[in-house]
Amino acid sequence: MIFGALYFIVVFLALGVGSFFIIEDANIGDPLRVVNQFIIYYLLMDLYARYMFQKMPIMNIKPLLYMPFKKSAVVKYSLGKTVLSFFNWMHAFFFVPFSIVLIIQDYDPISVIGWHVGLMALFYCNNFINIMMNNQDKIFYPMVVILAVLGLCQYNGWFDVTIYTAPIFDSFFDTPWSATLPILALIGLVYASFSYFKKHMYLDGGLATKHTEAKTEDYTWLNRFGNLGTFLKNDIKLIKRNKRSKTTVLLSVLFLFYGFIFFTNSLEVYEGPVWRIFAGIFVSGGFLFSFGQFVPSWDSSYYPLMMSQNIKYSEYLTSKWYLIIIATAISTVIASFYLYFGWEVYMAIVVGAIYNMGVNSYLVLWGGAYIKTPIDLTSNKKAFGDKQAFNIKTLIITIPKLVLPLAVYAAGHYLINPTAGYIAVALAGVVGYLFKDAVFRKIEAIYKREKYKTLLAYKQKD
Amino acid sequence: MITVHDLTKTYGTQTVLNIESLEIPKGQSFGLVGNNGAGKTTFFSLLLDLIQPTTGKIINNEVQVDISEAWKPFTSAFIDETFLIGYLTPEEYFYFIGELRGQNKADVDGLIATFENFFHGEILGQKKYLRDLSKGNQKKVGIVAAFIGNPEVIILDEPFANLDPTTQIRLKQIIKDLSENRDVTVLVSSHDLIHVTEVCERIVVLNKGEIVKDIETSPQTLKELETFFGG
Repeated sequence: MIFGALYFIVVFLALGVGSFFIIEDANIGDPLRVVNQFIIYYLLMDLYARYMFQKMPIMNIKPLLYMPFKKSAVVKYSLGKTVLSFFNWMHAFFFVPFSIVLIIQDYDPISVIGWHVGLMALFYCNNFINIMMNNQDKIFYPMVVILAVLGLCQYNGWFDVTIYTAPIFDSFFDTPWSATLPILALIGLVYASFSYFKKHMYLDGGLATKHTEAKTEDYTWLNRFGNLGTFLKNDIKLIKRNKRSKTTVLLSVLFLFYGFIFFTNSLEVYEGPVWRIFAGIFVSGGFLFSFGQFVPSWDSSYYPLMMSQNIKYSEYLTSKWYLIIIATAISTVIASFYLYFGWEVYMAIVVGAIYNMGVNSYLVLWGGAYIKTPIDLTSNKKAFGDKQAFNIKTLIITIPKLVLPLAVYAAGHYLINPTAGYIAVALAGVVGYLFKDAVFRKIEAIYKREKYKTLLAYKQKD
Repeated sequence: MITVHDLTKTYGTQTVLNIESLEIPKGQSFGLVGNNGAGKTTFFSLLLDLIQPTTGKIINNEVQVDISEAWKPFTSAFIDETFLIGYLTPEEYFYFIGELRGQNKADVDGLIATFENFFHGEILGQKKYLRDLSKGNQKKVGIVAAFIGNPEVIILDEPFANLDPTTQIRLKQIIKDLSENRDVTVLVSSHDLIHVTEVCERIVVLNKGEIVKDIETSPQTLKELETFFGG
């Protein structure tokens, strides 16, 4: 998590200092107004990120309940703790340098301060909104859809929500006293969440862990696959019923849009033709990378059971492999919207997918065999990586995963023509498939050799 | 059925288990008692090849467990919650274990129907995942799952802990019934001396990793054990 935080701090600082000049150079208007235009998306993304990853204060207050302090003190303490969360102060790394740049650039200091304070209050509002609606999936997923639709409409120029929201943020600057409105809203939210929690501070009330109603599912249609079907059934349930694995699926959906960075030519460094293959591999390979690298850790919480049952590793692996193949195929089909950028772009994605299925599908499983990080399926902690997930062996395996297809494409592209490059990558994928069984045997050997170490590692709770 | 030769397990300089020799004949109901840290779970984990012995070996029905995996089809166990899959319903979990052990759905249904009494209406059809069941109910599921697939060796670590009184009494009956079947070897560990003397025909006491008592259960056994642990 520390690395993630550092990453965001650096990125935000760079943006905070630089974005004024970037926008000015791009000649798309007054930098402050441009930022105001898009800030609605920033706020909504922030809310979404909080919903996914910010830890809720109520989890740790059970032991405090019967201690000799007033209930309101406990509520104040746990709500107060969220105020210090990284999710609140990370925005300062963008807004403080940005505001300083504004003042240096002769914007009215009082107005800048009003704007700054107003926005910070809104981020804190997000903090309390998130607390109030935590675990309300019913509200949240529709919101994500609305956000995506709004973004799409704006991109295509059908409907621009920012026309209606930008004046709100502009007003913080134009009439600085209006910044008191979000502050008032914040105070209201603080009171509301305070009284809400105080009222619900009982084990069977707000502190109760929510149980979803379970339904026994047979998936009898998978029986025809024999033992493989047994594992497939289990893996499908694993993905469907756990928070962490659902996040992984969501991440792979985000990967689908990764190609926009490349194909819209928005970043100069990515304009070389070879980068298309790079993008192609990521667009279809989101699930492959985010799920595959943690096999067998997905089963870490019951690994002793698996190890004392009569399990054939090849079937166990094949089941995970099928999931990866199916997910890659589905991603490729969904990614057909890239046809909008021309068939060359979509071809890059298709050959990337062929390479993913033929080679990367088992390489990622191979790399996973060296990662012994227990996964807590019920929480999103560490969903964005963990230092143990990076070791020399997994790095070495990354080379054939990413570098090799680029090299193969470059060879075809520069020696003959782009089409030859595509064909070469696809062929590499097909040829790679022939090595699948050999690699599976290798993974099996690793599993067997590392069995005791893996069991011990999965036992470590942090 | 199970023989142990010069088995030791050492972490650093600390020896947590040291059994020179132990023989458990086929069909015996075998009880293991001892205080915390005596090495009960260590012994069971070695039996299941979940940890590696420092020296020595365990032979389970002519199979050396840390070399071959051929003991797996006829051995089953419930040690702790790491033997449960939290995101499955009890039914799904039973079928999963059944499929791994070569049983079809009807076989599993037939078996779990005989445990309806033991489940006490709290397991089947509850619309709950295993992770949402109480500790005691999770234990019931794990114990019954260990009976799936006609195993010849059944290993249960602390099966009585966390169970309510009614279930404890029913579990005792189940273990007694099993030991009447001379093909099934049952290994049970417990902190509860009364339970273990009731269901086991032989009791071995571990203390700091070593066998200090090995007794055939008789009416005097409970007294003897109480004197040992009381003193």
